[in-house]
Amino acid sequence: MRLATGGMIDRETQLSFRFDGRIVHAHPGDTVASALLASGIRLVGRSFKYHRPRGILTAGSEEPNALLTVGKGPGREPNVRATVQEVWDGLETQSQNRWPALSLDLMAVNDLASPFFGAGFYYKTFMWPRKAWEALYEPVIRRAAGLGALHRDPGPGEDEKAFAFCDLLVVGGGPAGLMAALAAGRAGARVILAEEDTRLGGRLLAEREHVGGQPGAEWAASVAAELAAMPNVRIMTRTAVTGAYDGGTYGALERVGAHLAPEADRPRYAFWRITAKRAVLAAGALERAMTFSGNDRPGVMMASAVRAYLNRWAVAPGKEVAIFGTGRAARATAEQLLDAGVTVTGLIDPDPGAREAQDYPVFPGGHVIGTHGRQGLSLVKISHGLVEQNIRADCLATAGGWNPQVNIACHQGARPVWDAERAAFLPPEGSVPGLTPAGSANGTFSTAACLTEGWRAGAIAAEDMGHKAPAADLPEAEEEAGATPASWVYEGPGRAWLDFQNDVTTKDVKQSAAEGFSAPEHMKRYTTQGMATDQGKMSNVNALSVLAAATGVAGGPAGTTTYRPPYVPVPISAMGAGARGSGFAPIRRSASDAAVRERGAPMVEAGLWYRASYFPRAGEKTWREACDREVRMVRHKVGVCDVSTLGKIDVQGPDAAAFLDFVYTGAMSTLKTGRVRYGLMLREDGYVMDDGTCARLGDSHYLITTTTAAAGQVMQHFDMVAQVLRPDLDVTFTSVTEAWAQFAVAGPQARVLLRTLMEDDTPLQIPFMGVTDARVMGVPGRLFRISFSGELGFEVAVPVAYGAALWRLIVAQAESLGGGAYGMEALNVLRVEKGFITHAEIDGRATAGDIGLGSMMSTRKDYIGRAAAEREGLTDPGRERLVGLKPVDGARLTAGGFLFSRGAAAERVNAEGYVTSACHSATLGRDIALAFLKRGPERIGEVVRFVDHLRGTDVLCLVCEPTFIDPAGGRMRA
Amino acid sequence: MPRLFEAPAFAELPALPGLSLAEGQWGVVTEVAPFKGELEGISSALQEAFGLDYPAPGESQTGDKARLLWVGPGRALLIGAEPPEWLGGRAALTGQTGAQAVLLVDGPAVEAVLARLVPVDLSAEVFPEGRTARTLIGHMTASVTRLGPATFELVVMRSMSGSLLHDLTRTARQVAARP
Repeated sequence: MRLATGGMIDRETQLSFRFDGRIVHAHPGDTVASALLASGIRLVGRSFKYHRPRGILTAGSEEPNALLTVGKGPGREPNVRATVQEVWDGLETQSQNRWPALSLDLMAVNDLASPFFGAGFYYKTFMWPRKAWEALYEPVIRRAAGLGALHRDPGPGEDEKAFAFCDLLVVGGGPAGLMAALAAGRAGARVILAEEDTRLGGRLLAEREHVGGQPGAEWAASVAAELAAMPNVRIMTRTAVTGAYDGGTYGALERVGAHLAPEADRPRYAFWRITAKRAVLAAGALERAMTFSGNDRPGVMMASAVRAYLNRWAVAPGKEVAIFGTGRAARATAEQLLDAGVTVTGLIDPDPGAREAQDYPVFPGGHVIGTHGRQGLSLVKISHGLVEQNIRADCLATAGGWNPQVNIACHQGARPVWDAERAAFLPPEGSVPGLTPAGSANGTFSTAACLTEGWRAGAIAAEDMGHKAPAADLPEAEEEAGATPASWVYEGPGRAWLDFQNDVTTKDVKQSAAEGFSAPEHMKRYTTQGMATDQGKMSNVNALSVLAAATGVAGGPAGTTTYRPPYVPVPISAMGAGARGSGFAPIRRSASDAAVRERGAPMVEAGLWYRASYFPRAGEKTWREACDREVRMVRHKVGVCDVSTLGKIDVQGPDAAAFLDFVYTGAMSTLKTGRVRYGLMLREDGYVMDDGTCARLGDSHYLITTTTAAAGQVMQHFDMVAQVLRPDLDVTFTSVTEAWAQFAVAGPQARVLLRTLMEDDTPLQIPFMGVTDARVMGVPGRLFRISFSGELGFEVAVPVAYGAALWRLIVAQAESLGGGAYGMEALNVLRVEKGFITHAEIDGRATAGDIGLGSMMSTRKDYIGRAAAEREGLTDPGRERLVGLKPVDGARLTAGGFLFSRGAAAERVNAEGYVTSACHSATLGRDIALAFLKRGPERIGEVVRFVDHLRGTDVLCLVCEPTFIDPAGGRMRA
Repeated sequence: MPRLFEAPAFAELPALPGLSLAEGQWGVVTEVAPFKGELEGISSALQEAFGLDYPAPGESQTGDKARLLWVGPGRALLIGAEPPEWLGGRAALTGQTGAQAVLLVDGPAVEAVLARLVPVDLSAEVFPEGRTARTLIGHMTASVTRLGPATFELVVMRSMSGSLLHDLTRTARQVAARP
């Protein structure tokens, strides 16, 4: 019910939103939770396992119960905490995990069966038959259990990620955090103050306390204003710090647009990576839940939340409220409720010496033993002394003491320390380098002490970083810290709940201990305690207390489970922001790209590059028709192919030759200037890493090429060799892939075509495997005489900016000669026909000997991989080695199929090799393939069985030399 | 014989909120990587030729005739002038003309946009005018240099110019759409 006055809401403005279709009114400043309570709605969800009714328990991000689905359609977001979601006009919210409706949930029948459904029930019961787990039991169980569901389609909006840097990160903007930021800010340090709430102040926004003679919220607002005016301070509200990582980096989740109506381009969340030299953890404390029978009934609420709803949102969470707790927290709750005109039906105080009160009954030495009410609380059953009695209440406020929020201090592996005096886990000292806990996160509970500790932490951090700390400026504030009840677990006859999200009871924890799962980590896995979206924020300490009692450990909880980021749920869409669609990886486009796509060429990815697959022409119905034509074009006329994407590395220096001798299996120092040599590089383990050409441009100047996809790997290898293995060599190398556009011109008419682009034909006279400078259409370029097709071939290179123009010209010239552009499909067929290898063959498992290039391994020098390549396993003649295959009856061959001896069963144990590359040879009019076959070269002429189990092919093939046309190489030397 | 025409790295530049974009005109670019023991001699000679030192890590130097931009340990780009002949033999000189997509971004949103793409601190106190970093823009290797209070020069591989615009467009729109 909304109170007539008070609260930090804008009463002038009316908003409305829907909850399960029902219209709910609200004001700016309301959360969905405060608006629901103002409208008298207590039942907001169902629990994960037993579908028990769930109400609002807290007023912050720790809320385990009130989880809603926000929005509709693909952009909807499940498991949003009603206590965090701000209301905007037109907001749609739905309750979750109920069927068919929230108030009539037929799945609640699970709850009646709960005696059979305790922890471990599924695993013990659905063991047999084994196969039925995946097929039957698990799907049924999963349908019955769960929280909200994602939509199958991606949402329309994209989230964001961002980086920020500061001297001091202050985690939390309550009294301690504000003072830390103020001290460091005044000292001149660069400060980021991150607060997950919508405004600064922390508990001061929810309590009726005075700070520095002002109401707490007003004091917080004045500090916030001072901080906002400092250019060196950045205030980030709606931003929850989610984790502490190495090197002073922190993750943080900002609600950018989650509190507003969706708008195009506006992210819902931003995931921040904040790098900070120092940090102050002022994350505050959460009120500890009380564990008693029936403590999960809607209407049971944290006393701190009751005060927050009263004071911040002017909402009374009930008409008749009972209080279970002790000390200042319990008394203040009672007084503030009375002040708001709410009836307090009783204060159940476990302290036997609790004093009487004038305006409400007090039950000293009492505790709650049960609750009643169908979908919400109506009666509280209590026991005090020897008396049991019922108290009317539609809301029960529980004050069980406080749990410091130590999580972030424990993200690097340290465990918190139990402090018996304060009855709380405290952050371990020095657990995150540079991070200092302060305030109630550090177990310091009075407001005055929080202010002092926060100031000190900020001032010391600033001084550490070379700033002069300002004079202390501490306002007056409440000095009493409040009391923690002697116990926060009171078991009665019924079920007492620990984890409200996963329906874990005290009985489950005891059962876990009884079965030997008595360590916290084992208990967690046995019971699922703390494994839901709130990660046990509201329940772990209680569960650990029960476990300690069950295992006979005295003096408080024995150890904890591991704290891991994130502190609050982080959508994957925020962590992976920017990576959707074409944001996943950069796209590299070569100089020919626009012209190629104008031709309608489908593109294939090679590493990050996009290359033309084939160039369809009018009348061609399939890719094969285009590919066959392009192959014939190259064999009979002339073809042009963009090879700019191959890696190009420029190697220079007095020791360039020595360096290349060390990385290639062959000698490059003996190469003459103006000549090109084919080279192989091995990895240190002796297997082939990459192949390519090496051109000598000058005495101490080489240009090497790598395959497109391995360019990065080769560069990395070079860096490793130069820095680690041969720092003695004076050599530099740099990628020039991006500096040159390079086109292969291949076919009998290649020279004729190139002649049209050059002022004279001198460059075209270079021998096979030669290189020369050449002016191409008035531009200084290079001409290589190399061939990957087996035809007369050149590669012409010009500075990249001229590439687009040259490509259009060169393709037009080729077409006028009866040729044209060819793509990756034809390039592949041309090289298979010649038996040239690609990474289909050198896939990391092949030796130089396996691919028939053993003769390229120099015996006169050392090189990387030489020693390892001489190991017996790598030189075994029985290895699978490269051969060609021709199907006996002209059938289709496919890459990936296995080879067997004729007559052997086509089973794994009999496999003798496999096909690496297969294609239809337009030149030969039949399918051909390259394959690895045991003792391959010794079996030329043998007929073997080819089986592709996946595609159902089973044919006989003739083993042949892996060169199908022009084995002597006369054409390319023409 | 007709001469080939030169194409820009960016076919067209989009209009973005809070940012204005222009393609940087670098002209001739040569990577200068000194051989062992040559750095000092090269630096004094560069001083004589262009009035510039060989740049220290993170440094970019601009003179009347040329610029020198640090791009990695032992590497700098000489921009806008042909390398003097005497450099040959003392340093590896590698032509890199046109190999980069150079984008000048300017405007009130520039720091906010780059804070979402570049994982280093680009605030003016630690990254003043003339400072350069070899870093990432989104998933791309890049050089980022501050040229003015609200002006940065972004350099990525020429082949990735489209992805640079894609990332900047998405980010600039998201920044502009913030409440």
